[in-house]
Amino acid sequence: MPDRTKTYDVLIAGGGNAALCAAITARQAGASVILLESAPRAFRGGNSRHTRNLRAMHDKPNDVLTDAYPEDEYWDDLLRVTGGNTDEALARMTIRASSGVFGWMQANGVRFQPSLTGTLNLGRTNAFFLGGGKALVNAYYVTAERLGIEILYDTEVLSLNLDDGAVRSVDITYRGFPETLHARCVVAASGGFQANLDWMRQNWGDAVDNFVIRGTPYNRGRVLKNLLDQGVASIGDPTQCHAVALDARAPKFDGGITTRLDSVPFSIVVNQLGERFYDEGEDVWPKRYAIWGRLIAQQPEQIAYSICDAKAFPLFMPSVYPAIKADTLAELAAKLKLDPDKVQATVAAYNAAVVPGQSFDNTKLDGNRTKGLTPDKTNWARTIDKPPFYGYPLRPGITFTYLGVRVNERAQVLMENGQPAGNLYASGEIMAGNILGRGYLAGFGMTIGTVFGRIAGQEAARHARN
Amino acid sequence: MRETDALANARREMEICNACRYCEGFCAVFPAMELRREFSAGDLSYLANLCHNCRGCYYACQYAPPHEWGINVPRTFQELRAETYAEYAWPRRFAQLFDRNGTIVSLVTALGIALVLMLAAGLVDPDALYRAHPVVPGSFYAVIPLWAMQATGILTFGFSLIALAMGARNFWRDAGPRERPGPVALGIALWDVLTLKNLGGGGHGCNDASERFSMRRRWLHHAMFYGFFLCFAATCTAFVYGTLFGWEAPYALTSVPVLLGTVGGLLLLVGTVGLFAMKLVDDPMPAARNLLGADVALLMLLALAALTGLVLLALRGTGAMGIALAVHLGVILSLFVALPYSKMVHGVYRTAALLRRATERNMKPLGGE
Ligand SMILES: Cc1cc2nc3c(=O)[nH]c(=O)nc-3n(C[C@H](O)[C@H](O)[C@H](O)COP(=O)(O)OP(=O)(O)OC[C@H]3O[C@@H](n4cnc5c(N)ncnc54)[C@H](O)[C@@H]3O)c2cc1C
Ligand code: SF4
Ligand code: SF4
Repeated sequence: MPDRTKTYDVLIAGGGNAALCAAITARQAGASVILLESAPRAFRGGNSRHTRNLRAMHDKPNDVLTDAYPEDEYWDDLLRVTGGNTDEALARMTIRASSGVFGWMQANGVRFQPSLTGTLNLGRTNAFFLGGGKALVNAYYVTAERLGIEILYDTEVLSLNLDDGAVRSVDITYRGFPETLHARCVVAASGGFQANLDWMRQNWGDAVDNFVIRGTPYNRGRVLKNLLDQGVASIGDPTQCHAVALDARAPKFDGGITTRLDSVPFSIVVNQLGERFYDEGEDVWPKRYAIWGRLIAQQPEQIAYSICDAKAFPLFMPSVYPAIKADTLAELAAKLKLDPDKVQATVAAYNAAVVPGQSFDNTKLDGNRTKGLTPDKTNWARTIDKPPFYGYPLRPGITFTYLGVRVNERAQVLMENGQPAGNLYASGEIMAGNILGRGYLAGFGMTIGTVFGRIAGQEAARHARN
Repeated sequence: MRETDALANARREMEICNACRYCEGFCAVFPAMELRREFSAGDLSYLANLCHNCRGCYYACQYAPPHEWGINVPRTFQELRAETYAEYAWPRRFAQLFDRNGTIVSLVTALGIALVLMLAAGLVDPDALYRAHPVVPGSFYAVIPLWAMQATGILTFGFSLIALAMGARNFWRDAGPRERPGPVALGIALWDVLTLKNLGGGGHGCNDASERFSMRRRWLHHAMFYGFFLCFAATCTAFVYGTLFGWEAPYALTSVPVLLGTVGGLLLLVGTVGLFAMKLVDDPMPAARNLLGADVALLMLLALAALTGLVLLALRGTGAMGIALAVHLGVILSLFVALPYSKMVHGVYRTAALLRRATERNMKPLGGE
């Protein structure tokens, strides 16, 4: 039960990584803390429970990371993916702080996988949570309980009532019942709004009905909208979201990582009309997978089909749904509900355009290309002719939205007039747009949430205790 | 392995896990899974027996119930394991003994005790059962003749060993061809068995009852495991004393068999009772409740073996010695008989699975890159 009569030192809106880091830090600094999570206990932890790793700067190998990943390289990577759509001061601060998070995370129960295992080549830049994000979230909840943080599930924050640049009260529903709570400081850590289909529809129209939301259905952007409506400064393109290509058979929400498909570079991808529409071999998959969500979203009915043959099939990670398999292309097309003649014609044209001669190498840009197609496939182009043939239906899968609240380096939320709100802080996806205005760097979401969660917790506790 | 519902479910779950792989740091199951893209019945039997039921992957799974995929690897594998025990049982027709295993093991125990009591009464002067015996060499044999003890022991235990070995062979064949394990693989597997490395959730302990990690189960299992082997060593030493040297039981308190047996018995008792107590407070979600019977029956049988042994030690100078000895031997007899048809077989199949894992340790995961 929330205590209506009490004034908590720190109230946290959200229950994912960013919220937990803030809550634990604030509590360790001596504040009384209440954490409000809109999901039920079984689904606590937002998108953080779907994550796997965090990107951390380091100058020499440690127990979880190999080699070194210095600040400048990290910054260059960020600059490249965001196309400059970032705030250098905030970004560099986050990068530097990322090197110091391990000790704190481990002290609060997070366990890491020893470096080197894994099929992804991220052992140098990214530290993998043992058991993944849900194990991390569980560990933090165990710590939070032990520290005496009050945790309420099934509790949605409706409104952070701002008056004169400070939150005076907080309207919530606790298991469906409305309540009003009071706190000296508030940390907004409630993620993006990608699960709010009505809001998404404003930007994408009815195409959203064909989108898959990869993570939690609870990130509906309620707090974000509430703050923006009250004169908090926004950041990030309100119409953009991170969208990848997913198996179209994925559940609408919470399918997580397993519905991803890595087949694109080794296949051709056709739309519902049986036509190719983009260079499947433009770059290595980790650098390209995030553009395919948008590409598919622009196709009729927001669907596409990845088609390959027996040569290519062993080259990519198995997906969670079985490939659709057939002995002839015509049969495969029929199974995919595509026009068999059209698909056969597309494959024939593609096969004819493959330039032979180069040796195939799936580990790098191998220059095996087609010539004379629009669009051409510029790497890993091999004829599709060895049965059985395999197909996967693809849909856009939304990871997160970019719109957020503007913050400063103390995690204080800024008002439209540029002044920081008196007692309001933000961490995680809800402010990630300050640093990651576009694109994505694997593992950076958890880094931002951890670094800013700790700053927000520290600052909120200090402010509340003064 | 036959295609069953449990097998189909295990295959479904492994296909999801193989696309996820978040749990690869917990135990040997996931790295083994990553070597495969398709899972034959034999593969799944192998993976199920490789699982140590630490529950780490259940609490870590973002698709655990109530998620619509309901991934619950520990429970699914437990159900499948139970089926594999029946599948590989030797002789084949004894497979049914695994159906209501809890009841059967309990019945065997009761029968074993009754049988030895009757034997004792029938073979020697019934009076010997109730008389106070001085603790002198040979006093046990006044109750049960040495030859009867030895013959029954050798016959039942020998048969059990053969049955267990045949089961292991069935398992190994079913999981598909593999190269012959070399000395390194044997060493690795032995180490894994002796340390229960995989019952450590990647080194941090198991999720005994909740998201919290703990080493409790691992320590209790160690107590039980090493306690059992100490007792076994005690029995073997006593056997050697009796047959080779003609030294007759009971032995002095400071003798090797008594020391081994006492320490072993205490450890075994602590381990079994502790593990039983844990079952009472466990989170039922990751456990297959319908298999509880088999589990509990074996724990109880082992606990009884330890307890009756310790009681015998305490009472061996009194008038209750005769009964205590007969009961203890009855329990041991039951244990020998039930061995290949109880949950005890998990040790054999798991060891074989670990050995298999050790032989494929240098293979590369399948998938991207
Ligand atoms: C499939 C998938 C895989 C990913 N993998 C990685 C990865 O490996 N590494 C990485 O760095 N990033 C990854 N990301 C991105 C990562 O999930 C986010 O960057 C990160 O989790 C953001 O943390 P957060 O705490 O801000 O948000 P979340 O973890 O989403 O938490 C938001 C919380 O707020 C709660 N909430 C929402 N609205 C309200 C409200 N009104 N009242 C109360 N509570 C509310 C939600 O229930 C939720 O608990 C992945 C994302 C997805 C979808
Ligand atoms: S148990 Fe769940 S989290 Fe672990 S590998 Fe399988 S699907 Fe992934
Ligand atoms: S040993 Fe533990 S982590 Fe491994 S499969 Fe079994 S329950 Fe899961």
